[in-house]
Parts: sequence; structure tokens; C-alpha cells
Amino acid sequence: MKTIMIVEDSATTRSMIRAVLEDFDEVETVEAASGFEAIKLLPSQEVDLVVTDINMPDINGLELINFMRKDERWLNIPIIIISTERSEEDKRRGVALGANAYITKPFDPEDLQGIVKELFNL
Amino acid sequence: MKSSESDFIAECEDILEEAGRLLLEIQESAERGRINPDSINALFRAMHTLKGLAGLFGHDDISEISHALESLLDDIRLGKSEMTNDAINLFLNFTDTLRKLISKPKEERTDVKAYLDEIDTFRTSGKAKRKEEGMESLVDESIMRVLSEYEEHRLKTNIKEGMGVYMIKPIFPLTEFDTALGELTDRIKAMGELISTMPTTEDVPDGSIGFNLMFGSPELLDTLTTDLGYEVEELVPAKGAELAPETVVPTGGDMSAEVLKTSTSMVRVDINKLDRILNTIGEISLSRHAIRRIWTEMTEQYGHSPLVIDVYKVSQNLERKIEELQDQMLEIRMVPVGQIYRRLSQVIRRYSREVGKKIDLKMFGEDTEIDKYLAEEIVDPLVHIVRNAIDHGLETQEERIKAGKSEVGEVILRATQRGNHVVVEVTDNGRGIDPERLKKKAVEKGLIDAGTDLNRKDIMELMFLPGFSTKDVVSEVSGRGVGLDIVKDKLGSMGGFVDVTSEKGEGTTFTLTLPITLAIIKVLMVKVGGETYGVPLSSISETLTIEHSTLQSIENRKVFNLRGDLLPVTWLRDVFGLPGEAGERSFAVIVGFGDRRMGLLVDELLGQHEVVIKTIGEYLDDIKGLAGAAEVGRHEIVLVLDIEGIIEECTTRKGALHV
Repeated sequence: MKTIMIVEDSATTRSMIRAVLEDFDEVETVEAASGFEAIKLLPSQEVDLVVTDINMPDINGLELINFMRKDERWLNIPIIIISTERSEEDKRRGVALGANAYITKPFDPEDLQGIVKELFNL
Repeated sequence: MKSSESDFIAECEDILEEAGRLLLEIQESAERGRINPDSINALFRAMHTLKGLAGLFGHDDISEISHALESLLDDIRLGKSEMTNDAINLFLNFTDTLRKLISKPKEERTDVKAYLDEIDTFRTSGKAKRKEEGMESLVDESIMRVLSEYEEHRLKTNIKEGMGVYMIKPIFPLTEFDTALGELTDRIKAMGELISTMPTTEDVPDGSIGFNLMFGSPELLDTLTTDLGYEVEELVPAKGAELAPETVVPTGGDMSAEVLKTSTSMVRVDINKLDRILNTIGEISLSRHAIRRIWTEMTEQYGHSPLVIDVYKVSQNLERKIEELQDQMLEIRMVPVGQIYRRLSQVIRRYSREVGKKIDLKMFGEDTEIDKYLAEEIVDPLVHIVRNAIDHGLETQEERIKAGKSEVGEVILRATQRGNHVVVEVTDNGRGIDPERLKKKAVEKGLIDAGTDLNRKDIMELMFLPGFSTKDVVSEVSGRGVGLDIVKDKLGSMGGFVDVTSEKGEGTTFTLTLPITLAIIKVLMVKVGGETYGVPLSSISETLTIEHSTLQSIENRKVFNLRGDLLPVTWLRDVFGLPGEAGERSFAVIVGFGDRRMGLLVDELLGQHEVVIKTIGEYLDDIKGLAGAAEVGRHEIVLVLDIEGIIEECTTRKGALHV
């Protein structure tokens, strides 16, 4: 069983992403409504993959990526950015900080599933 | 599906309401010369959420419009375009457009292409030519690469405006970092703008988390270090007086010095912090009662010795200072009613357009002051009443012309201070309320029996019964089945009440009366059946002794003739089912105002006290007639009466309080 953490401040988008991911029998999800909640959850939660938005109140996606990449506990957890087409520059920065992939919102479920399959060898 | 669709509409309306509020805030701050970037960012987020929501429910038109608005806002928040007056008006108009679209069924909506073109044209024309020069070199690269495009823009703007850029690196235990960080960032926001919150576990002990907080502020390094209590690192020094002439908003003059001044001499404070201070003051004033008690006991024992007189002087001085402190504190919490008016006028403009009724809005008493907390709480009830006035109160234009009235309906908001209360009236000159129809409807709804004998005032009160206004009478405009009973409960919970008067054909006035402030109140301590209760002084008009033989009985209710007015009276002992017999005379505490006055009969009057009211836990919640508990010296607890509740119970349900 793989655990994926969804970090996204819009509840609607969060549930859409969850629906797409839980199509896989091998996947369960945990949700964080902000970068803040994510860093609160991380120390106590086994996570195999993080899917994160960039633009969020308090701690944004880039700060979350930087945080994880600087700590050996989470250094190797893959990160996928899901953000709007306007955040081109931000996504580029996210990848520079160590995110593994990015997807543009509104996204095609198959794109996300494809990346997850590849990462987990499903 | 139907219900989720109505959830969707409700959620959209909430978002648009918030957007409207933000726009007003932006408009006001633009007039003052500097727009708060947080407001623009919040508006951007609101449009973003709306877009997602509409897309999910298949409302493509709404989704597309909010997407276009979101893009324009993105340009503005990234400094690629400016929030000009034209832009503000565009957003105001489109919030209205969206609201209208949402309330219409999908199939009745027309093509939105024209709307999208309008936004797009505006966006292309407004795109600023100015390009931000590279300032990366000023701030370390390891920080720059973590910033989002928006944060980078805010950093540059802060530097351009001559703000200093600073960094502090607090470390918090993992278990409590959220509250600690929240408090710290609030303090930072009071002194400038928080640009970035970067969490880190580098060089941080286990079980802790560190943050690199970068913020811009006009303050100097020393001030910040002292005020924040952290070691502050200066990334870019503040330029102070030699500000770059360019500000975020074109103001036609150099406002930077002014901006700098206001941001240093004004502090924005969380109302909860003021609450805490007020609570502490309340507790201090309890110990002042104790000192007074000690002084009394000392006088009894030692007479007027120099020591006793000293204690007396000190306690007098302390009392005066505490009172001053209380007054000053309460003053800080006061805001002018005009703040509420602005929000109401927006609602009124919008609904009048929506229902197609022309309305002349008049507002009086904008400067009347009211506690910030109460001001916030009273907005919803007022919005409800105003919507009612527009929707049910005012006639259509044709009806008005037929009735010989001006086709423009009138809504008047009037705020006045009366003693310790603020009275807000909402008056319309519409069709008025027909008591007969009102009564008929209450009978139809099974709220009263057809034969019930009610006077005019009782009939008006029917409107406030739960279940009176239901879906079939509440139109789309005046709300989603929220009744006036909610309004009444809300006011009651704040220690206020609502009244209505109406003349058929001439109009209706709703009167909302509420205390100027909460928290500390003066009470008159009374004793009845061996128990002590506090009666809020603000509800008392006078006290007197009455002989029981002078009481008269009218329709099985005891009344008392007070200078020609017949006031109902009630034995407080009966209200709470206390033991004891009524003697020949009692003290009567006259409570309430206007025609809601009544007398409470008690055994003894014990004097005034200032108390901090605390709510009584849930288990006593069901007992009507109690507002809360308060501690008065010697760890004695007294129950403070909810006078409105008691008047309510005694006058409308005729003594139903008997336990």
C-alpha cells in the first residue's frame, strides 16, 4: 500500500485529485489543506509521494518542496506539482528545488495516473 | 442534485460576498494611497476558488468569467498591471454580473463571450509597460530560489518602496508551532508585510521546527529586535525618508512620506488580544472590591487610624485608575457605525437592481460608535432586515405609483446612542404590515389558535416566532429560509433586542437595540429567596419600593401603576422557583425600555458592582433568564440575569417560566 499526501487549499480540487489517485487499489491518500498542515503532518505520517499545489496561503508549495529537500527524512519522497498554467515560472522553480514532475491545472486524470504508475512501478 | 445545486449557489454567493467586501476595502485603501497587497491576493484567491467550484458543477460560463478575472488579478498582484479605479469598477461590476448569472437557471443565461472580451480588452490595455529591474543581487540566492513569483514581486515592491527587508528565524516545539507561529506572524504583520514563511529543519533540535520569516517593514533594525523579541537579520536596510517616488497606486502626488507615517503610528491589533486585556482588567477590578472590603473591615476593627486612611486613599486611587483604564480600553474597541453602513449600502444597491426597485437610501448617525465585536455581529441581522425591507416592504414601482407614492422607495438607516445602548433603525416607506394578514398566516402555520386574543403588539411579535417565515414567503432575495427568529436570537445573545412598528400603507421600522459594549458590565446585586443575583444596570430604569396591596390584577397578570403607566410585575422568586413568601412590600426593579418595561420584585437591593460576565457551561444553557455568571469578591459567584429573556418569557408566554 502506498500513501500519497495531497496538499491543496481548495477542498474541491483536493477531492478531485483524491478520486483520481484512489482509482489505484494500491493507493491511499492523506490530505493537507495548506503547506502548513503538510509540515505538521509529515513527521508523524508515513508518506510515499506528495502531490502539491503552489499557490497556497501561509506556506506555499515551493517552500514545502525546499523544506522536504533539506531534510533527509523526506529527501527522497517524490513530489508532483499540480498548478495552473499561469504558474509556469513557479513550476520551473519547483523543479529546480527538487520536485520530480509537474502537471498543469485543469489536469487530465490520465496524466497524473501515468506519473504515479511510473513512480511506483504499478 | 437539486440540493447540491443550491449548496453551490450558496457557496458562490458567499464567495462573491467576500469579494465585494474585499473590493470595498481595496477601494477605501486606494483612496488613502496604498492598497494592502493581502487584499488583492485574497481577491485573487476568491476568484480562483469560484472558478474551480463553477467548473466542477458544470457552470462553464461562470467558470470562464471568473477565470478571466483571476488572470487579470494575477497580473495586478504580480505588478504587471495596476489596480486603478477603472479596474476596481470593473471588478465591482463583474461581481454583480456573476451574482446575477448564478441566480438564473442555466438555460436562461446568454452567451458570455461579450463579457470575456471586455475583461480581455481591459487586461491587454492595462498591462503595464514597466518592468521590474533585477534586484536579486540584493537578497541571497538561496532565499530567492524558494520564493514564488508572487513573493518575489512583493519583495521587490517592498524594496522599491524603501522598506527594509528583514529575516527572523524562530524555532518552535513541533507540538505547538502553529499557534506560536500564528502569533508571531500577526505581530510581524502589525509592523510591515510578511513576504515569505520558509519552514526548515536545518540546525534545529529534534522535536522542533524552524522558520525563516522574511518580511518588509519601515521600522529600523533596533526597533524590530526590541519589539519582536527575536534576533533580526537585516537583508536590505530601510531607506527611510529617501523613498522611491513610485508607489503601488498612482496618487497624483508623493504620498510616500505620509504612508510611512501612518504605518508607524498606527497599529492593527487582533480584537481577541483586546478581549484578553479587557478580561484581565475585569479581574483586577475584582481585587479592587476585595481591597474595599478589607478597608471596611479595618475601619470596623481599628477605626480611622492613619493606616486605615492610607489604605482608603490607595484604594480610591486604584479604583479611579482602573476605571480610566477600562474606559480607554473600551474606547479602543469602538468603531463608527459608518463601517457597517458601507457594507449595507452595497447590499442595498445590489438587491435594488436585482429586484428592479428604485431605492433612495438615506443614512444617519454614521459617527455613532459601537464595539467592534458587536459591529461585526450585527451585520448579518441588519442585512437580513434590509433585504426584507427591499423585498417585502417596498412595493413595485407600479404599485407605488398606483398608491400615489413616489416611484422611488425609501430606506433609511439611522443610528443613535441612547445611554448605554446603540439603537439602529431600518425604516422603509413601503406597504407596511397588515396585522390581520399576519395573524391569519400565523394561524395557517399552526403557530397560534384562531381564537387567540392578541393585541397589536403581540401580533407584530408573531413575525419573530421560529417557523414563521418559511420558504414559501421568503423570496430568493431576502434569504434562504432564514427567519426573523434568528435575528431575534442573535440580538438576544448580544444583550439586545429587536422591535418592529408598522403602519399599513406607510411603511415599517425595525429597531435594533444593543449595548454599546460587552465584557464588563455594571450590575445591581439583588437578593431574593436567599439567593443573590446581578441585574445589568444598563437594563434598569429605576428601583422603588412597592406595597403589595397597591398591585392590580389585569387579565390574571399583576400590574403596577407607575406614574400612570401600567407595568406588569413578576416575583423574581417565581421565575426561578425559589422558596419563601412575599411579605407586605417588595423592592421593584424596573427593567426594560419603552413598552417592554416591567417590574421585577425582589427582597433586598445590595448595591452596584462591576463584573466580568463569563458564560455558564452548556449544562445550564437551557435555563432561560440567565445571561452568565460573575465572580464578586470572596470567590462568591452570582448569576447575572438575562433581562431580555425574562421580559420575553413573562410578557409573551405569560409566566411560562414557572419551574
